[in-house]
Amino acid sequence: MSKPKGWKDLPEGGLIKEAGNAEKYDTGAWRSDRPIWIKENCIQCMFCWVFCPDAAITVDENGERGDFDYLHCKGCGICALECPSKVKSIVMMSEAEGAKPDALEKAKAKAVKMAGEKKAVKA
Amino acid sequence: MKKVAMTGNVAVANAMRQINPDVCAAYPITPSTEIMQQFSTFVANGQVDTELVTVESEHSAMSACIGAAAAGGRVMNATSANGLALMWEMLYIAAGNRLPIVLSCVNRALSAPINIHCDHSDSMGARDSGWIQIYAENAQEAYDNTIQSVRIGEHPDLHLPVMSCMDGFIISHSIENLELLDDPQVRDFVGPYRGTTYPLLDVNNPVTYGALHLQDYYIESRRQLHEAHKRAKDIVVQVGKEYGKISGRSYGLFETYKMEDAEIGLVALNSAAGTAKVVVDEFRAKGVKAGLLKPRLFRPFPYLEIADALKGLKALCVLDRADSFGAAGGPLFIEVRSALYDLPKRPVTINKIFGLGGRDLGLDDLRKVFEELTTIVDKGPKSLYEYITVRE
Amino acid sequence: MAGILEVRWHGRGGQGTVTAAKVLAEAVMAEGKNVQAFPEYGPERMGAPLRAYNRISEIPMTIHCQVTNPAVVAVVDPTLLDTVDVTEGATDDAVFVVNTSGDPGELKKKMKLKSSQKVFCVDANGISLATIGRIMPNTPMLGAVVKATKVIKLDTLLADIRSSFGKKFAEKIIQSNLDAASRAYEEVKS
Repeated sequence: MSKPKGWKDLPEGGLIKEAGNAEKYDTGAWRSDRPIWIKENCIQCMFCWVFCPDAAITVDENGERGDFDYLHCKGCGICALECPSKVKSIVMMSEAEGAKPDALEKAKAKAVKMAGEKKAVKA
Repeated sequence: MKKVAMTGNVAVANAMRQINPDVCAAYPITPSTEIMQQFSTFVANGQVDTELVTVESEHSAMSACIGAAAAGGRVMNATSANGLALMWEMLYIAAGNRLPIVLSCVNRALSAPINIHCDHSDSMGARDSGWIQIYAENAQEAYDNTIQSVRIGEHPDLHLPVMSCMDGFIISHSIENLELLDDPQVRDFVGPYRGTTYPLLDVNNPVTYGALHLQDYYIESRRQLHEAHKRAKDIVVQVGKEYGKISGRSYGLFETYKMEDAEIGLVALNSAAGTAKVVVDEFRAKGVKAGLLKPRLFRPFPYLEIADALKGLKALCVLDRADSFGAAGGPLFIEVRSALYDLPKRPVTINKIFGLGGRDLGLDDLRKVFEELTTIVDKGPKSLYEYITVRE
Repeated sequence: MAGILEVRWHGRGGQGTVTAAKVLAEAVMAEGKNVQAFPEYGPERMGAPLRAYNRISEIPMTIHCQVTNPAVVAVVDPTLLDTVDVTEGATDDAVFVVNTSGDPGELKKKMKLKSSQKVFCVDANGISLATIGRIMPNTPMLGAVVKATKVIKLDTLLADIRSSFGKKFAEKIIQSNLDAASRAYEEVKS
């Protein structure tokens, strides 16, 4: 963190002269739950991109969904809830667990398990 | 230069016509209505390029002004009394965002009981909002102050909103003779708009107005506003001098009338000061060394200069056309008395609240005040703070 | 007030009394004098008694209080004589200009004026009916006040009526108002 400005250096009227500087704010540090994206399950529907309140879903130059922007994702879980694929392509894990190297494997297993449970409920 | 006979309101509307602001937002309220009514005729006739926004309340009027000023426009407005009260929260926002809006405040009493006539309870209530406040004795001064307010508020060292005040009905609705400058003179004097350094409409340089400042930054922003007010005094004098060059009428922080050797004196704002000059002359003719000080700039209050101008007096009465209920005197008195505190030798100072809701301040009322001042130097005041022009 | 001529107008809402004070002010200014014109504002209703004032001076004026001691009192509606004290505060040498078809001597007695005060009578209602076609006593009253006070020339008044009314009214109406003012100027008697 840079040192806060004194009144002499503050822009007149407390104006923010730099557009879009919220990008510099690491709101990802607020996260206690972490979404994990499972690319092979993803149907590229972009629901997560539409619903994400923090613009934390990256999209590449071809318009394809990329991985999460973990610097800004607050871990709200809306993306995982809205994800419509039969076997979920977004799964929530605790931040501690999700940061580990085997997180993706665990996420895949969890997605399959959740799909099974859902089927059972329907039946 | 053109000699005319017109009301204070029409004079201000003509100043606005000559200034040709980008945006005006209007909502009518007596006694300021005539300003915008007249100005809307100028708009309809194509005499100005102004976008006149008719809104549904004064709160919206000031909000529209704030938006337009932040967008990068020269913005003006007019209101009175309850209209100003409804603008209240937006006044602070205009000042906090450092937007040089010019508001013509036609002074009127605040309800209740409902009253449409003059006192200063409206603008005095807004004295701590961060706006510059300038007061006018007559229609000529109201016209002159309107034009100067634009230059003062837009000065690059200030960027502050300016409230230009005149007495409701007494000045706003009285026909008096005055001189209007020629249109090109006013246009050249106000110059191109330069009041917003970072206009919102500059899409290549996007900025954020009104960001959240909590414990981390709010006090720094307010400290900045405080500093701007400290700079305002010199700029008001500078603009007043420059205006003198084109009009023959120079303006300063206040006007002194026969104060050079005065022993007793009055401090009064606006039209009452004009009436008081007549009584000063009467007492001078009788050999009494009477004088008058009429503040022009009330915010920021030029306390050092005013103390210096009053230091030779033996007795002083401050006339307030507003009460600050429960305080140790009216708003003007509190300022003046505080200004005098650091003098090694102070005049005996009293306060009279007068003329609320348009009650007339006659020559006899003022004669009594001067009579009292001649006695209190030795005997001391019978009361520090009291109402006059009131039935017991 | 020394050096200042103070005029008080008494009329009823809708009779053009406020306009009369305004027209007089503009005409006085046209002759290079200093002037004020201000009505007493209250709830403005058709027919309600109202007052308006003028101050006229060779030197610039700073006074802004009410007129309490007028030297000229113009009574635009004769029925006000029975309901309003039009003599209140008038100076000892005050001039009263009253819209009435009556006789100045009798009116002076009826109004209990001091011998040093003077009354002028003009049938402003009759003149306005004959010239304008309806009772509109303000312009004839202006003609009468100008004659009684000699504060400005009749021509200055007529020029100002033309310019004040010219923006709002047709030529026929302007001409009838000019006739009304001129006739009253000739016919007012003391």
